[in-house]
Amino acid sequence: MATIEVTDLAISFPLYHGDARSLKKTVRRSLDGKLSGRFTQDRRERVLVQALKGVSFSLQRGERLGLIGGNGAGKTTLLRALAGIYEPLEGQVLVQGRIGALLDTSLGMNDDMSGRENIRLRGLFHALGEVAIQEIERDVETFADLGPFLDLPIKTYSSGMRVRLAFGLATAIMPQVLIMDEWFMAGDASFRERAKQRMIGLVEGAEILVVSSHQPEIMQEWCTRLLWMDQGRVRMDGPTEDVLDAYLSTAG
Amino acid sequence: MNRIERPEQIHPETVTGDSPAAPLQDAGARALRAEIGVNGPEPVMDLRPERGLAHSVHAIKDTRDGFRLFRLGWTLGWLDIKLRYRGSMLGPFWMTLSTAIMVGAMGFLYAALFNINLRVYLPFLSFSLILWGYLNSAVSEGCSTFTGSVGLIHALRMPFSVHVLRVTIRGLLTFLHSAAVVAIVFVIFGIAPRLNWEAPAGVLLWLADMYAITLLFGVLGARFRDMPPVSASVMQILFFVTPIIWKPDLIFIGRQYLLLDPCYPLVEIVRGPLMNQEVRPSIWLAAVAYSGLLWVAAFALFSRMRTRLAYWV
Repeated sequence: MATIEVTDLAISFPLYHGDARSLKKTVRRSLDGKLSGRFTQDRRERVLVQALKGVSFSLQRGERLGLIGGNGAGKTTLLRALAGIYEPLEGQVLVQGRIGALLDTSLGMNDDMSGRENIRLRGLFHALGEVAIQEIERDVETFADLGPFLDLPIKTYSSGMRVRLAFGLATAIMPQVLIMDEWFMAGDASFRERAKQRMIGLVEGAEILVVSSHQPEIMQEWCTRLLWMDQGRVRMDGPTEDVLDAYLSTAG
Repeated sequence: MNRIERPEQIHPETVTGDSPAAPLQDAGARALRAEIGVNGPEPVMDLRPERGLAHSVHAIKDTRDGFRLFRLGWTLGWLDIKLRYRGSMLGPFWMTLSTAIMVGAMGFLYAALFNINLRVYLPFLSFSLILWGYLNSAVSEGCSTFTGSVGLIHALRMPFSVHVLRVTIRGLLTFLHSAAVVAIVFVIFGIAPRLNWEAPAGVLLWLADMYAITLLFGVLGARFRDMPPVSASVMQILFFVTPIIWKPDLIFIGRQYLLLDPCYPLVEIVRGPLMNQEVRPSIWLAAVAYSGLLWVAAFALFSRMRTRLAYWV
C-alpha cells in the first residue's frame, strides 16, 4: 500500500556560487559580511540557503496532494525530496510504493536521443525485460501520439510533444506514487483531458498523487488536499477549498 | 495487497475515454502491464540523515544497485559514443582511424628520432599510447561523471554508481575501438600475449582501477570545479614521467624511483603480459598496493559525499 510519511524535514543548499565554489576559496575560507533570513552558515562557514524547514505531513492511499505557494516557497525542493533525489539533512522521508517523478522539464531525457531511445532507457532503468520494454514503447507511442517524431531526437520536439512523451513515460510504469511539478500543464486542453483520464486510472487505483502548481483551477480540479508552502515552511495544510480560499485572500 | 488486481481496477476508468490514445485497451497489453506492476516487491524508500556506518552501508548498496542496472549503464555509455559520432561517415570508427594515423606517424617519427628498431618500438608505443589514452580519459571524463548527468540526477533517483558505470563503459568502448589498431600492429610484428594468469589478472585490476578513478574524480569534480584543469596538468606531467613514449629500459639512473609513479605499475601490469614481457614481482606488488589505496580513497570519499552529490551538481 502506498504511503508517504514526512517528519520534520529540513533541507538546505550549500551555496558555492561562482568563485565561492572553487578550491581557492575553500582553502582560504574567507567569508565576511552579515547573513540573515534564510541564509545561514554551517560550522565550516559555508553559506547555506534554507530551502525547507520543519516540514511534516503524511499521505495515505487515494490522497491527491497539491503544493501551492509563491516562487521559491520550496515546492520543487519538497517534490525532489519526496522523489528521493535530495536526501534529508534533518528529519525523515518515508515513501512506500513505486515512485514516478515528473520533475524537470528535461525529465532526465537525453536531448540528442530519439524518443524511442529514451523510452528504452527508462525501461532499462526499471530493470524490465525486452518484452516489457517493447510493451511500454507501444503504450507510450499510442498515448503520446508523436507519429514519426518518436524516432527523431527530442531536441526537435515542441514543448507540448515533450510533455506528452514524458507524461506517457512516467505513467507507463504504473507508479503507485506520482510526483509532478507544475510545468506538465504545458500541454493543450485535449492533452490535459487525456492526461486526466490516464491519471484517474492511477490515482483512483488507491495510489498517491503529489502535484505542485500556481494555478488554483488545476488544484481545484486535481487535488483533495492542499499544502500551502511559504518560505520553506508549511503555512497551512487542509482540504483544497479551505486552503485555497485562505491562499487566494492573502495573494489577491 | 494483491497487485495482480490492479489492471482491473484501472481498466474501467481508462476505457471511459474513447480516444485512440487510451491505454490498456488490449488484453495482451493489460497482462503485460500487470507483469510490470508486480515486478519485485513494493519498494520502500526510507531516507534520513546518515550516521556512523550508514554512510558505508548505503554506499555499498548504491554500488550493488548500480551494478544490477548494468544494462542501463552499458546502453548509456554506448549511446554516448554513438551520439558523439552520429551523422559522421565513419561513426565510432573515427576513433580507430585517428589512432591508426597517430600511431603510424609517431611510430616512424620517434623510431627515427630515438634511433630505435621499429619492430621493437612501434608495438610498444601504440599499445602504451592507447592505454594512456584510456587512463587519461578516466581522469578527465571522470571529473564530469556527475556534473555531466545533472539532468538524470535531478530527474529521478537512481544509484550514483550507474553514472560511474556509464563513464567507465564509455572509456572501455573507446579503448576497444582503438585497440583494433594495436591488434593489427601486434599481428604484423608477431607479438602474442603471454598465456598465463597475468594477462587476465592485469586487465581485471586495470578495469577495477578505472572504475575507482572515475568514481574518485567524479565526486571531486562535482564539488570542485577546478578539478578538470588541475587534473589535466598533473596528467600531462605524468605522461612524460611514466614510460609511455619511452621504454623503461632506456634509463639506468633513477630506475628505482619509477615505482613512485603510480601510473607506471598500473600500465605495466597490462602492457607487460599482453606484450609477452616479464613483469617483475615488485611491479605487481606496487600495482596491487596502489590499487588498494585508490579503492579505499574512492570508496571513503563516495560514502561520505554520496548524499551531497545531488546538492552539488
